[in-house]
Amino acid sequence: MRRAKGVYGMRQVACIFKKLKKNTLLHGVISFAAVFVSLLLGMVLIRFMGIDPLAALAALYEGSFSSMKSLLETTVKMTPLLFTGMSYAIAYRCGLTNLGMEGQLYIGAVVGTAVGIYVTGLPGGIHVPLAILGGFIGGGLFGFIAGALKVWFGASEIITTVMLNTIAMNFAEFMVNGPMIEPARSNSQTSPVLESAQIGKLFEGTRAHWGFIIALCFIVLFWLFLWRSKKGYEVRVSGLNRQAAAYSGINIEENILLVMFLAGGLAGLAGCIEILAVQIRMVPSISPGYGFDGIAVALIGNNTPIGIVLGALLFGAFRAGGNRMQMRTQTPISIVNVIQAFVIIAVISSNILLEKLDEKRLKNQKQEG
Amino acid sequence: MSIAMLEMKNISKQFPGVLANEDVNLTVNKGEVHALLGENGAGKSTLMNILCGLYKPTSGEIFIEGQPVKFASAKDSMSIGIGMVHQHFMLIPTLSVIENCLIGSKNKGGLKLDTRSAAKSLSELAKKYSMNIDPSALVGSLSVGEMQRVEIIKALYRGARILILDEPTAVLTPQETNELFKMIRGLKQHGFTVLFISHKLNEVKEISDRVTVLRLGRAIGTYDTEDCSVQDLARLMVGRDVKFTVDKKEQQTGKAVLSLKGVSLLRKGGGAKLLDDISLDVHAGEIVGIAGVDGNGQAELVECLTGIICEAEGEADYCGKDLLKCSTREIMSSGISHIPQDRQRTGLVMPMPLTENFILQDYYTGKFGKHGFLDWKSVGESSDRLIRSFSIKAPGKEELAQNLSGGNQQKVVVAREINRSPRLIIAMHPTRGLDVGAIEYIHGKLIEQRDNGAAVLLVSTEMEEILKISDRIAVMYEGRIMGIVRPKETTAEKMGLMMGGNDLAKIS
Amino acid sequence: MSIMNLISGYLASDIRMATPILFAGLGLLIINRSGLLNIGAEGTMLVSTLLAVVGSYYSGSVWVGLLCAVISGALMGLLFAFFTVTVKANQIVIGAALNILGSGLSATLNRIIFGVSTTVTRFDAFTNIKIPLLSDIPLIGGALFNQMIPVYAAFLLVPAISYYLFRTQAGLNLRSVGENPRVADTLGVNVYRLQYMSAIIGSALIAAGGAYLSTGLVSSFSEEMVAGRGYIALAAVVFGKYKPGGVMLASLIFVAGNVLSNILQVSGTPIPYTLLTMIPYVLTVVALAAFAKGAVAPASLGRPYKRG
Repeated sequence: MRRAKGVYGMRQVACIFKKLKKNTLLHGVISFAAVFVSLLLGMVLIRFMGIDPLAALAALYEGSFSSMKSLLETTVKMTPLLFTGMSYAIAYRCGLTNLGMEGQLYIGAVVGTAVGIYVTGLPGGIHVPLAILGGFIGGGLFGFIAGALKVWFGASEIITTVMLNTIAMNFAEFMVNGPMIEPARSNSQTSPVLESAQIGKLFEGTRAHWGFIIALCFIVLFWLFLWRSKKGYEVRVSGLNRQAAAYSGINIEENILLVMFLAGGLAGLAGCIEILAVQIRMVPSISPGYGFDGIAVALIGNNTPIGIVLGALLFGAFRAGGNRMQMRTQTPISIVNVIQAFVIIAVISSNILLEKLDEKRLKNQKQEG
Repeated sequence: MSIAMLEMKNISKQFPGVLANEDVNLTVNKGEVHALLGENGAGKSTLMNILCGLYKPTSGEIFIEGQPVKFASAKDSMSIGIGMVHQHFMLIPTLSVIENCLIGSKNKGGLKLDTRSAAKSLSELAKKYSMNIDPSALVGSLSVGEMQRVEIIKALYRGARILILDEPTAVLTPQETNELFKMIRGLKQHGFTVLFISHKLNEVKEISDRVTVLRLGRAIGTYDTEDCSVQDLARLMVGRDVKFTVDKKEQQTGKAVLSLKGVSLLRKGGGAKLLDDISLDVHAGEIVGIAGVDGNGQAELVECLTGIICEAEGEADYCGKDLLKCSTREIMSSGISHIPQDRQRTGLVMPMPLTENFILQDYYTGKFGKHGFLDWKSVGESSDRLIRSFSIKAPGKEELAQNLSGGNQQKVVVAREINRSPRLIIAMHPTRGLDVGAIEYIHGKLIEQRDNGAAVLLVSTEMEEILKISDRIAVMYEGRIMGIVRPKETTAEKMGLMMGGNDLAKIS
Repeated sequence: MSIMNLISGYLASDIRMATPILFAGLGLLIINRSGLLNIGAEGTMLVSTLLAVVGSYYSGSVWVGLLCAVISGALMGLLFAFFTVTVKANQIVIGAALNILGSGLSATLNRIIFGVSTTVTRFDAFTNIKIPLLSDIPLIGGALFNQMIPVYAAFLLVPAISYYLFRTQAGLNLRSVGENPRVADTLGVNVYRLQYMSAIIGSALIAAGGAYLSTGLVSSFSEEMVAGRGYIALAAVVFGKYKPGGVMLASLIFVAGNVLSNILQVSGTPIPYTLLTMIPYVLTVVALAAFAKGAVAPASLGRPYKRG
């Protein structure tokens, strides 16, 4: 129960302001600590395997940050994570749980590949954007299905997106083995996308590509949409307080449909750009779980643009450095998944802890006054 | 002298910032129907929640048949023979009547659920107290009245000797109420003790042997019902000195801004109508107060007028527009402001900063940016202005709404709604839970709007507030308007009678 | 006669292949009925597939393998319960974390224990047990009564869990917690304990499904071998309307398409198996849409309960 308070003294006001700032800092510190603890746990696990954890860590660092080359490799792994992270985050901002990033990613990849192979005679300047648009719309429509099922039938998007994942992956496999299979070949892969549809490299001789820059541009768009546009404002109000949204006359259902489309589209871009820039052709397993990684990326990023960049950087580095770690120290790269799970659990628990602290602080504050 | 069945001694309950019960004494004899009468916020529910183990009292003692008892949970109070029938039923609709009665029971017969013998004893109980219930029916398929019977029978099955009924007639039709009263009399004859919580005077008069009146968290006294007239009860319930004089200009009534004609709303799943043929005019330059105890259809009326509920029949004419057929956005963009009953759950988005809360009703207009983008500079300027002119105490416009005190939160809502220069303001419980300073401020703002020619529809359960600032008062009871009076021409007794379900025409 | 053999064989492999999903589905059913939504069955199964092989490999007995798997499942369940019931974290996110954890842990442990390249094949595994007389019934005898013990166990669990849920006091308490924990609490049910118990026991059942997968259905472990069965189980519960019999039927139907595609593939019919594999998921999505308004799911599924 809240009690009314007549007047704040100026000093009290300043005090609260200080506390608030301290709190934001606290959030950052706790997130960092959660990541640190998870890493530590991972290192302990590595130690149990009889491997020197410091050597593993060194290899991890070497493969992700130590040189220009490894840093660029990190950006390659970051790119899809930026998109899937945004995908989860934009749905979350609207109060939705999108677990279908993996499936949306595959559909985006299939459509992007199709545009890249079968639309011919275009200059690169048009073909690349067209393929990207195709990937966005493909993934978007696939995400839209989950939104529509929720709005029109009341089916929880949590379960439907999980189901749609498998449908999409099977569909992709079917396409790669059937209608889109490389002519005169029997292994499951498509022809390479046309040169005009390929996304160029940032620097010759590295794998870093313009897709990373595109992803960063989308981070800016993501921010512009949610915090600068009126539609984004509606989305955020709907996500934080459905009742207040209804009170202000916001059409929540329309927003759910829109957001699921956008979330699907963003995840679709992850797959599409991965094909156009890195894989060049579609194979049945283009993603080592980028879709699910998106959850972790958005979570440690607190669903903010900067946070997503940092989260993608962390997990991109894990993916890039993990290979080196496996080669150098025989630490299985799958340990990255374990650490990632730790990070998710640690971050979400510490957030809850913070909320509890906040509640207590507010309560005390109210009683004092 | 025999020992009382239940005795509550010097019970106090302190919530953060609110003293809900203060030094309450209550003695209930065995085999009587004892009414607990009081307005909203008089502390009835708190007292009963203490009795059924949901709250722990800050101080005071409880005795059952002379033995001191302490309840750590609802389970404890139940095992000692106290059965509570909540206003919102504690039933699971997907389970059968038997299953609902058996949840959590300690099974004597081992593993197997003994539905057969349970069904038998339920049928016997039902027969004994003349309640018509099919034990194997799914609770979800029952009517509201039947569900209440299930609640009562569940309590009896679990060995209740003292039965607490919390506003039991609130959701019943008159026929169902009659049946309930028959049941209560039957229970009394069989030696059960019944605590009947209500604000409805006629019902209290009809069913109870003795009545304890609560006012502002304190027990005013216990009386033999026979010795009290309904008028006496009304005075006791409302009974404080009400100041009728306010610094308020004489009313300059204009033409009707809002005109309700026969607005009705059915309850989902049958039962009494939520709104029953409401007709009412609100004129420009007038504050019309809607008084009544909570849950008598006020919330539904407001939701119908603001487009949240769209199933209502009848007509709500606002400047040639039927509000009952408009979307929320259409309504709110046509010069109507709405101060909702729950500022924290509806009126504000608590985790958002003040700036974003200030634009909740107008963000889509050209005022705050063009081409689909928000112009944060003008939003910020407007926020600063509102914070200053409504003297909202906040560290800055970027402060989150949840970090403000209740009064300042409400000021944010009021500032936003009044800033839209409305022709009609619909305000529900605008001062609930606020301190005196904030209350006066908000009253002042509402009167100021009235003086500027706006029409105000004020819904409140606070009698004092209604009497103080309204030009006319409509009293609602079970979805109907009992009468429309002017504050100067009415008395506390009359108001209490109407709130308790007496038609104005019949009293005067 | 050969048609008979074909049908019998089809039925037999449908039952055999449905078993892991049935185990997981029944486990999830118990968890869901207590109001917890665990999407982490896939990860739980992954860990258990490996641990069953490890246990069997080192002890020489497949039963020790099963025990290891079940314990690993119970621990995953405990982890889930701690973070969702006690810490009250978002159940979906914790479930997703369990999936990632299971995937990482199983692959990592496999490489540590068995090395990178080798696939362990020589270890004790379940074998078919023929039930005398019954297995001689024409058409269905061979399919129904010549199976491995876990298969029998899984199908016997269906009536057992059904009895538990709908005929016992404990089952009623569990259902009431899933529907409305507050009501259950006021009536004296220990909500938290029940949720812990059902998360642990349910996850153990899910793990049993994983164990059967790697030491029964096939006798080897490979990374990601659960291949989405944890998700199908999730669907089977919804499709089976949260009833054991329904879950059984759903798992049989879901696998039927898969089995059919296998047969068709062998016989050279050109229906791509990927399209057939999709069928159960499409069915589930359709079922979800169709049943969502009927509200068959436990009313408080996925919502953390806070006392007081």
